[in-house]
Amino acid sequence: MPAVTETIDTVAAVTSGTYKYGFETEIEMEFAPKGLNEDIVRFISAKKNEPDWLLAWRLKAFAMWKTMEEPHWPAVSYPQIDYQDAYYYAAPVKKQGPRSLDEVDPELLRTYEKLGIPLKEQAILAGVEGAGESPAEGRMPIAVDAVFDSVSVATSYKERLGKEGIIFCSISEAVQEHPELVRQYLGSVVPQGDNFFAALNSAVFTDGSFVYIPKGVRCPMELSTYFRINAKSTGQFERTLIIADEGATVSYLEGCTAPMRDENQLHAAVVELVALDDASIKYSTVQNWYPGDENGVGGIYNFVTKRGACRGKRSKISWTQVETGSSITWKYPSCILQGDDSVGEFYSVAITNNRQQADTGTKMIHIGRNTRSTIVSKGISAGKGQNTYRGLVKILPKASGARNFTQCDSLLIGDQCGAHTVPYIENRCISAKVEHEATTSRIAEDQLFYCRQRGLSEEDAVGLIVNGFCREVLKELPMEFAVEAQKLLQISLEGSVG
Amino acid sequence: MNAITEHNALTEPGAAGFLHRFEGLRARLPGRDLPWLQSLREAGAASFREQGFPTRRVEAWKYTDLGPLKEAGFGEALTPVDSAIPLPRAAAPRRVVFIDGRFSPELSDPDAPVRSLARHLDEVEGLLGSVARHEGVPLAALNTALFEDGALIDLAPGEDGGVVELLSVVRADRPVALHPRHLVRLAPGAKLVLIERAWGHGESRYLHSPVLEFQVAADAHVTHARLQQEGPAGIHLSTVFATVAEKGTYDSFLLHAGARLARAEAYVTLAGAFSAAHLNGAQLVGDGQHADCTTFLDHAAPDCPSRQTVKTVLAGRSRGVFQGKIHVHQIAQRTDGYQMNQALLLSEQAEIDSKPQLEIYADDVKCSHGATVGALDETQLFYLRSRGIPEAEARSMLIEAFLLDAVETVENEVARAALSEAVSGWWQRMAA
Repeated sequence: MPAVTETIDTVAAVTSGTYKYGFETEIEMEFAPKGLNEDIVRFISAKKNEPDWLLAWRLKAFAMWKTMEEPHWPAVSYPQIDYQDAYYYAAPVKKQGPRSLDEVDPELLRTYEKLGIPLKEQAILAGVEGAGESPAEGRMPIAVDAVFDSVSVATSYKERLGKEGIIFCSISEAVQEHPELVRQYLGSVVPQGDNFFAALNSAVFTDGSFVYIPKGVRCPMELSTYFRINAKSTGQFERTLIIADEGATVSYLEGCTAPMRDENQLHAAVVELVALDDASIKYSTVQNWYPGDENGVGGIYNFVTKRGACRGKRSKISWTQVETGSSITWKYPSCILQGDDSVGEFYSVAITNNRQQADTGTKMIHIGRNTRSTIVSKGISAGKGQNTYRGLVKILPKASGARNFTQCDSLLIGDQCGAHTVPYIENRCISAKVEHEATTSRIAEDQLFYCRQRGLSEEDAVGLIVNGFCREVLKELPMEFAVEAQKLLQISLEGSVG
Repeated sequence: MNAITEHNALTEPGAAGFLHRFEGLRARLPGRDLPWLQSLREAGAASFREQGFPTRRVEAWKYTDLGPLKEAGFGEALTPVDSAIPLPRAAAPRRVVFIDGRFSPELSDPDAPVRSLARHLDEVEGLLGSVARHEGVPLAALNTALFEDGALIDLAPGEDGGVVELLSVVRADRPVALHPRHLVRLAPGAKLVLIERAWGHGESRYLHSPVLEFQVAADAHVTHARLQQEGPAGIHLSTVFATVAEKGTYDSFLLHAGARLARAEAYVTLAGAFSAAHLNGAQLVGDGQHADCTTFLDHAAPDCPSRQTVKTVLAGRSRGVFQGKIHVHQIAQRTDGYQMNQALLLSEQAEIDSKPQLEIYADDVKCSHGATVGALDETQLFYLRSRGIPEAEARSMLIEAFLLDAVETVENEVARAALSEAVSGWWQRMAA
């Protein structure tokens, strides 16, 4: 995905003080008034022409949120967030259904050009019909849903996916077109009152992606969402819902960027995955929100709730994340292993450089029999970064034969950073087996020496070693992203050595 | 003896009850004529008033509920000591005995380097409370406010204190609350093997909440073997604070074998370079019991090794908790930390909660932890069965081996023998 290719240069730019995606698109925007109250919730709902049940659902979430307290247990610190000092709705003014590229706001097109999404896909992204459903030269086709501030601006390859019965669209569209599916599954994995940020999201979510893969269908291409925060003082609250019906398989990838600003912006998303019998969902994230500058000014607060439910027998949910951006990352993509023989996986690489803070990990809740989970987490701290792995493995009494293996390794580069590991293991089942191992160390002198002796520069040597350190996770990424992610890692650590 | 019976009555439940007891007793607690101690007790009471008993909303108490303590009232153990109660067989050649938290000179070996704290409070200004802290540890704050007596061990430079058993007997025939305070100071080069044993005699509920402070100077070595063998309805909440100077060692082993609800907390600071700590343990948790081993290890100096192996065996309807945190400060370069936690589940109703935790701010470190939870290994069982060993015996062998493996880490033979005996005794009772 071009956005990922560009991410490499982006991170290179960050370390030298410029963030490539740090531009802001001057585009005609529509805002809801600043602040958060019931009227804003009603406004958003009305703007999206939502049915009554959804408005009631949002209002219930808002009522819950008001009674909740912001959590302070993560090992991250940031100034108090003023929830009234932000816009909860910002959207590019959209002319009714553009039929050709000319009708699309040229600023929007330029944005995608800058983000590295090629013209042909831009046309598709901008919703131009007949702009070509064939993949660009020799690449695997990837269907993209692009979310610009509060709304989804375009979704590509819809028609081709439609032939297979796959629904891939923005969640607002899904509310209109497939209300029965949305109503059945929305909030079924992450209920409104789940946590402070999930409640906030449930009240004010503006857009996001919706995927439904019907029974027995193997999605023929990677699905992808591209998130972009553009406007100033906005929060982004997207909601993604992916449902894989019996026997269905899908691989989904998300990428994210934001302009460079000296204010902090909040990104509080909710992602819900549902896998029915024999279904499999692979969810990969390359998260590259603006991380703030080297003094920790600005950057995105990435406070996200991601959870998947393996409802069906033999279902599988696999999370892979490469977290390089955001000034603060706070998320725990989790799996509820309800169906017998279901499988949960979590593969994570999190890098914190400069003053970035990350508190991330997973939860594996084993409910069904013979459920299995694997957790591989690689944390890399450099500069003044603080990196925490926090994870829960919980085995309930009926999960006989459950099995978990967890490995979390931390690498420290420099003496100003921190690496922390906080695993929770709760087992109530005699026949379950849980294994956890964790290590923390710096790059071994002998490895470094070995590489240097063979003529590698110190930075290249560190890059090589770091890539080796993360190999188990990177190999889980879809192939073309894995290559890019490898380069990304190396560049993200530039300036941290020597 | 009106005053005594008055205070021996049950107080109201919860934190308020203990605070009222402090109000009632403050004029009669030992050291009432020492202004520094009075203000220390007041500070403890104030801190406890502010914090109260921890609830499960407090992260460090997520897995252990003090409900049984909060709901019940406890009396003060002020009645005269009846020294005729049966004592367990001595674990070491020299033994000192505390009955209901009070030093018993007639039952104690006069050669042991242990004195009554209550009778020597004038010597401990600046020492008492210097290693313990109240913030975040409400039970220690409560102990400071209410402690009645305890052991004072103060070893001179180079002195070898030998092997000493410190036996705390609780006469569990009525619901009492005890808050003993033990102070152990080792001057440079001193040595001590302390077998600290809590022994409950009787079926009543009671609270035994000792606080131990260890000050280990340069090149001093202390082995601290702990045998918790409280009565079946007892609540044991102990807190150890230790600070270790350059090249000193704090080597501990905790054995939880009794009590209905037991939690042992240890706060150990490696304050000098090349100092070392071992925080090993075994928890034997039978039906109806809850055992918790919680440790906080602070690497505050460079070049320190630390080792921790804690094993838990759970039978019946029981719950075991292990929480071990290693905090490596930025200055603590070349730290070598290792932590291992294993649990063996023998029953469908048992639950184990384990939370090993690393918090690392230095880069030149080697820290690792591992945790395994599961039932007995079928292949090991098969190996023994295939060699003609009956199943029950094979299981027994494997479980005993699992536990004794942890006890093997104790180097001192006397301490190791005492621990092994307690482990084997527990398992034989379980297997029977």
